[in-house]
Amino acid sequence: MIHVLVNNWQVFLSGFFNTVLCSILALFFSLVIGSGFAIMETFQNKFLSGFARAYIELFRNIPLLVITMFFYVVFPQYFFTISGFAAGTIGLTLYTSSFIAETVRAGIQSIDIGQMEGARSNGLTYWQAMKNIILPQAFVLVIPPLGNQFVNLIKNSSVLAFVAGFDLMYQGDSLASQTFDTINTYLVVGVLYLIITLPLSYYMKHLENKLS
Amino acid sequence: MAKLLKKTLGLLVLMMAVFTLTSCGQSSQTNVYQNSKEAKKIVWGVKSDTKLFGLVNIKNGKTEGFDIDIAKAITKKMFGKDAKAEFVATTAKTKVPLLKNNSIDAVAATMTITPERKKILDFTKPYFGAGQSILVKKGSSIKGINDLNKKGTQVMAVKGTTAVDNIHKYAPKAKVLELDDYAQAFSALKSGQGIAMTTDNGILFGIAKENPNYQVVGGAFTNEPYGLAVDKGQTEMRDHMNKALDEIKADGTYTKLVKKWFGSIPGFDLKEAEE
Repeated sequence: MIHVLVNNWQVFLSGFFNTVLCSILALFFSLVIGSGFAIMETFQNKFLSGFARAYIELFRNIPLLVITMFFYVVFPQYFFTISGFAAGTIGLTLYTSSFIAETVRAGIQSIDIGQMEGARSNGLTYWQAMKNIILPQAFVLVIPPLGNQFVNLIKNSSVLAFVAGFDLMYQGDSLASQTFDTINTYLVVGVLYLIITLPLSYYMKHLENKLS
Repeated sequence: MAKLLKKTLGLLVLMMAVFTLTSCGQSSQTNVYQNSKEAKKIVWGVKSDTKLFGLVNIKNGKTEGFDIDIAKAITKKMFGKDAKAEFVATTAKTKVPLLKNNSIDAVAATMTITPERKKILDFTKPYFGAGQSILVKKGSSIKGINDLNKKGTQVMAVKGTTAVDNIHKYAPKAKVLELDDYAQAFSALKSGQGIAMTTDNGILFGIAKENPNYQVVGGAFTNEPYGLAVDKGQTEMRDHMNKALDEIKADGTYTKLVKKWFGSIPGFDLKEAEE
């Protein structure tokens, strides 16, 4: 197993780098987009909350691979070509953002209504109350499920392998099929994924303990 | 934070130990020929996405193609008329692992005989004279392999095929995008992810036949005959398959099958195909 890693470390390193890059991009954007839709879903305005609902249900219920393939193969036939890496990252962002939206919405709705009423009666605007009172409490509550989503996101980034996104899984696939050393190659790939996901899991646990 | 790091490291070491242990286990080898003879059945790994060689017919769910017919003919020659050929869909990526873990007995799936593959598999004599070629959109400026050897050129190929290595060799400046199967690679070509798709000529002609906007250009630039493969060490199986291959060539079955699948393909040289 070690020899596979030693002989091909450049290949694994470039795959590792792309996986990390894709994960960071997707994590950031899905958190922003997801939180946005979560807040939108709690609006009184039926049209806006309905729109958020539709977005979440759409991307939550389509397989990630289908979303990614759409951006890789279908989208370019009508608009412009996007690379496999970009298509994968977009797919991953949209897919994960719908799950994050659901998680954050649950957090927001679990905050007692009195918090918002109290903030408003003290003269804060809706947005000030949301930003300073509701969201900080909501995020503390949803850290454990959010951590799950982040770990899932990193694992799901292996979808890039199907659209030539040059991530860890792609490089592993490519190497395994050239060297035929399937078992050892995928073991190295598995361990490299663990190197990303394990610290993240522990960090989220750590954060959970610190904030509770 | 230090505690966190230590915990993570400890877990990783444990995982590695477990993985290394599991990867040591090797199954003992069985005699595929004797087993197949008793069962009167050969389980073949074939293509399911490759026009002309192995493609699932959507209407009846059966796999059809040149590889399939060759496999059926060889099975019947080896174990008699009532012997059964069973087919398992494989991809370039999965056929070697499936052979190794005994899920399939033999492979008839557009598999080029290469020195690297010979180290881990046993091949029969060639049964199809393939060579790598290029598929482009009609009107493309690409006329052959040399036109691909430019920086920034992206070429589609399928993971685990010899086409990937050949492009690195014949057009080292081109970037290869490896996709999972021919359907995906061709979809990527249609979406403009690259300017050409490359693999064996027989497969490309099959795609071009269905998609008249695309054509095969430049002729074959490699000579890579296909062989039937068994796991390394299954020499008894291999020898009997070779004998059966000779027999179907002698009695005209082989030529009939070549004509059946490739006779009507424009631009395809039948003599090139016959081995």
